[in-house]
Parts: sequence; C-alpha cells; structure tokens
Amino acid sequence: MIAFLACIVLFLIGLYAIVTKRNLIKIVIGFALMEYGINLLFALIGFRHGSVAPIITQIDMPRRFVDPVPQALVLTAIVIALGTTALMLAVALRIYNRYKTFDIAEIRKLKG
Amino acid sequence: MTIIPLYFAIPLLAAFLIPVIGKFAKTFTWLFTTAVSFALFVIALYGVAAVQEFPLIVCKMGRWAPPLGIVMVLDAFSAFMALVISIVVFAGALFSYRYLSHYTGQWKFYTLYMLITAGMMGVVLTGDLFNMFVFLEIAAISSYALVAFGVDAEELEASFKYMVMGEIGGLTFLLAIALIYARTSTLNLADISNVMQMFGQTTFFWTVLGLMLFAFSIKAAFVPFHSWLPDAHPAAPAPVSSLLSGIFIKVLGIYTTARMVFNVFGLSRANAPMFFNILIVLGLLSITFAGLTALNQKDYKRLLGYSSVSQIGYIMLGFGIGNYYGVAGAIFFILAHALAKGLLFLTSGAVVHATGTRDLNKLAGLGEKMPTTAWSFRFGGLSLIGIPPLVGFWAKFWIILGALKAGMLWLAITAIVLSGLTLYYYLKIENSVFLKKGKVDAKPAPFTMRIAMVFLVVLIVVLGLGFQQVIDFVVGPAANALLRGLEYSQLVFGYVTTGF
Repeated sequence: MIAFLACIVLFLIGLYAIVTKRNLIKIVIGFALMEYGINLLFALIGFRHGSVAPIITQIDMPRRFVDPVPQALVLTAIVIALGTTALMLAVALRIYNRYKTFDIAEIRKLKG
Repeated sequence: MTIIPLYFAIPLLAAFLIPVIGKFAKTFTWLFTTAVSFALFVIALYGVAAVQEFPLIVCKMGRWAPPLGIVMVLDAFSAFMALVISIVVFAGALFSYRYLSHYTGQWKFYTLYMLITAGMMGVVLTGDLFNMFVFLEIAAISSYALVAFGVDAEELEASFKYMVMGEIGGLTFLLAIALIYARTSTLNLADISNVMQMFGQTTFFWTVLGLMLFAFSIKAAFVPFHSWLPDAHPAAPAPVSSLLSGIFIKVLGIYTTARMVFNVFGLSRANAPMFFNILIVLGLLSITFAGLTALNQKDYKRLLGYSSVSQIGYIMLGFGIGNYYGVAGAIFFILAHALAKGLLFLTSGAVVHATGTRDLNKLAGLGEKMPTTAWSFRFGGLSLIGIPPLVGFWAKFWIILGALKAGMLWLAITAIVLSGLTLYYYLKIENSVFLKKGKVDAKPAPFTMRIAMVFLVVLIVVLGLGFQQVIDFVVGPAANALLRGLEYSQLVFGYVTTGF
C-alpha cells in the first residue's frame, strides 16, 4: 500500500514542479516525474508476491504469474512519453533561441 | 472484411507515404492529402449507412476475442463523429494548398495533418481504454507540433503552454486508466462497464470518473481549464485552427466524456442527477465567461477561439440535460458547430492570406473586395447564432426543447439570452472587417480556398433545410446509441461473431 502511495506522491511532486517552477526545462522534468509515477504504479499493479513471469517452460510450473498486461502498457506509455518529452524540449530550445531565456515570466507575448 | 480498420489505417498510411513523395512533388502531396480526406468522407458516409442496419459493428483486431484483445466498435455515435471529422478534414485539406504557400516544409504539415486525422478517427472508433489513450496522444502530439508549425515566438509560446496543459490532462487520464485496471483487471470498455456495475457507485467509482472528467475538461477547454485554447488555436495555420476548433476539442473532450459517462459508467439523469447538474454548471460557466471575454478581443482568430470555448458550453449543457432531446441537441450541435466554426476559421485564414494581419482594428472594407469570404463568414456566423433555417438553429432549438421537456424553463431562457453574446461578437467582426469603410489592400481569395468555404456553406444550408433527415438518420441514432447506456456492453459481446 505504501508503495502505491509513493507512486501517487511522485506524480504529485511532478505536478507541483510543473505548476510552480518558472524554468522551461524544470517543467519538462516535472512531466518526467509524473510519467515515472504512473509507470511505477502500473508495474506495481501487475506485481504478485512470489510469482514468476508468465512463460510456461514446463508442465508442472507453479501457477502464480505476474500480470504481463501492465508491463506492455508501461512500454507503450514510455514511448509516448519519449515523444512528448522530445517535442517539449525541441520547442523549449526554439523558445530559447527566440527569447534568450528559459524563464516563463519573461516569455510573455500572449495575454488575455 | 469490414471497413472499420480503414478509418484510421488510410490516414496513417498516407502520413507515412507523404514524407517519401512530398519532398519532390508539392502539388501532388496536396492532391494526395485531399484525395485521402475525400476517401475518408466516403467511408464515413458508408459507415453511417451501415449503422442504420446494425446497432453496432465490432471488429476484432488481430482476431483476439473482446475481453482480451483490442476491439474497434462502430456504433451510430462513432459513425457520426467520424463523418464530422472527415468533413472538416476535407475542407481544411482543400483550403491548405494556397494558404501554405508562404510556409516551408509543407510535406511535414501534410504528414502531421494526416496523423492528427488518424488519431481522432482512432479515438472515436476504439472499444479499448488504453488504445483510446494511445490514439488520443497521437492526435494530441500532432496538434502540439501543428500549433508550433510557424515557429514564430508567439506560436512556440502558445504551443508550449498548450503542451503543458494538454499533457497534464493526458497523464491524468493515464492515472485513471491505471486505477481502473488495478480494480477491474480489464481494459475493454464493455468489460469495464460490466465490472463497474458490480461495484456500484462507490468512492472509487466517483474518484475515477472525477479524474477522467478533469482530464477531458482540459482537452475540451471548459472554462476553468480553457486558458490554452485562445492562445493555441489562433497560433496554428488556419486550416489547422479550423480542424482544432471545429472537431478536435470535441473528439478529445466531448466524445470521450459522453462515451464514458453514458456507456461505460452507465450514468443517466435518473441515477445520478447531481453529476448531470455539474455538467450543466460547467456548460453555463463556459458559455457566459468565455462569451463575455470574447467581446473585448481585438484579434480575429483569438475572438473565434473564445467563441469556441463558449459554444462548447452549449454541447455540455445538452448532455447535462440528459433526456433524448437534450442529448440529440448536443450531438446536433457538435455537427453545427464543426461546420460553422470550421468555416469561420477558414474565412480568417483567407483574410490573413490576403492582408497579412488579423488585428480587427487594422482590417476594414473587405466585404466588397472579398465577396465569397464575406458571405461565407455571414453564413457561418448566422448559423452559430442560430438563425433559421441554418443548421445551427435546429441544434440550439433541440437543446432548448430538451430543457423545456425536462421542466427547466429557466435554463431554456438562459440559453436563449446567452445567444445574444454570440450575436454581439459575431457582429463585431462583421462590422470591423467586412462592413466598415477603409483602405486595406486585398485580392479575392484563391480558387481552392473559395471551394473549401463554399463546400461548408452548402452543407450548412442543406443540412439546415433537411434537418428532419439529419435527425432521423444521423443524430437520432447517435443519441439513442448513447442513451442505450449499459446495453452497450451486451451489444459488444453479442456481436463479436461479426467482422474481420
């Protein structure tokens, strides 16, 4: 149970970083933390104590397997997270080239 | 062999072909994109015809049976959404040719344009929760890139802001999926709804639903979460603004919410009146606040962006009313708003293309110089306000009828009064861009742009005149598909034998 709560805490720390930090790169790191929190949660959901990977190699194997589905989901989620992180960093770099700063307080052409 | 995989396989394939051919043949790339969009339109029409016969068509991907494998489910509501997507995508693709002439790397635009289409088609067709997340992210990531397409300072800033908000929404959705999987050990929407029904309306039920509502509210830009939209939609190239405002927010925000609330969580006004009242409050908040903010805008596209937030409120209002007329009105409104707002953003693109500015104070007297654009704008605007016999009138009429049938007279009156806001900011653009006398150099919009705008105008008029047919064949079945509620899961498991 504590492990599950730790994942949620990790998620919330990431959210906190995104909301309060003023540096674009730190915001991207906040997203990475949120993603780790969820991915860990997925891995924990599939975990069962004292069980093995669901690959049957002999007939009389113990019938306790970990759930393989969340692991597949984590793989997919990691790929998506890679895409968003790469795009965010690319946009952040372009913003840096235009404004010469990563500080969101100084990047303010849009308002209203 | 069913047609279902074609909905997202065709644009996905096109997205990967365009980089191969696009570097060498610009015009051919555009023709190819337009042809693919038109093919999607034909397929979507065929899909709408198919769901008249069967209530639900199920396609097992890779031949895995439903609770284990991923299924694609085409019911009347999905078919309707796919049709609206294909209309807006086709008009936008047609419009892009001349509009993109001052951009470099056009093949990247068309690739992303096809990817966003594939993502949206996937979201409306999938019957699997995690698959929905994947398609949602495909569409969302393409949209972030398209918003930043011009790589000017403002566009990049808008894109980053949009990305931060959108990803908070996306990750919250993923968290909700993790919690659902932890309790139900399944990802199939029909199976989840079965298992959830055994639990009843517990704290867990409302927690997950709350997380999802939060995530989809960000994607749909309801008022407390709307701040990204008025930046992001104007920053994108006009065909993309038209796509994003016209259909994108409705697919990622409204469709997903409606599907979850009605078919998966099995809520209706009878068993959860409080929840539906919250939807009404969200809707009213969006209509009023965004409508009032729109009045003060000085930027053509930004005003339209606020208008989108405001109009999205009407759709939520219709779903919140929760009876047949309310839901049918909300679905009709999705169609009406997609046509009208898609058209209005295209006219803004034509104006920007001709004059190079979208500042309402600098624009003047374009009514005589760009007659097609001006008249397209008038038709779109009038439909948005709800002037009969245009399609927007019937949509709003059905929502108001729903409020009256549900005994909410005050809501019906409020909805009518708030249309005044729409009228006011529509007249503001009409006056300062098209009617006001002034000296602004402009040539009429190029031929392909005019074709795209006229296509939408014709649809607005024709569907408005033939509203009875639209209700009977498209909107009514879609509303019934939602109001079927939990029967959805029985149908999905009952129809597994059909399909490829």
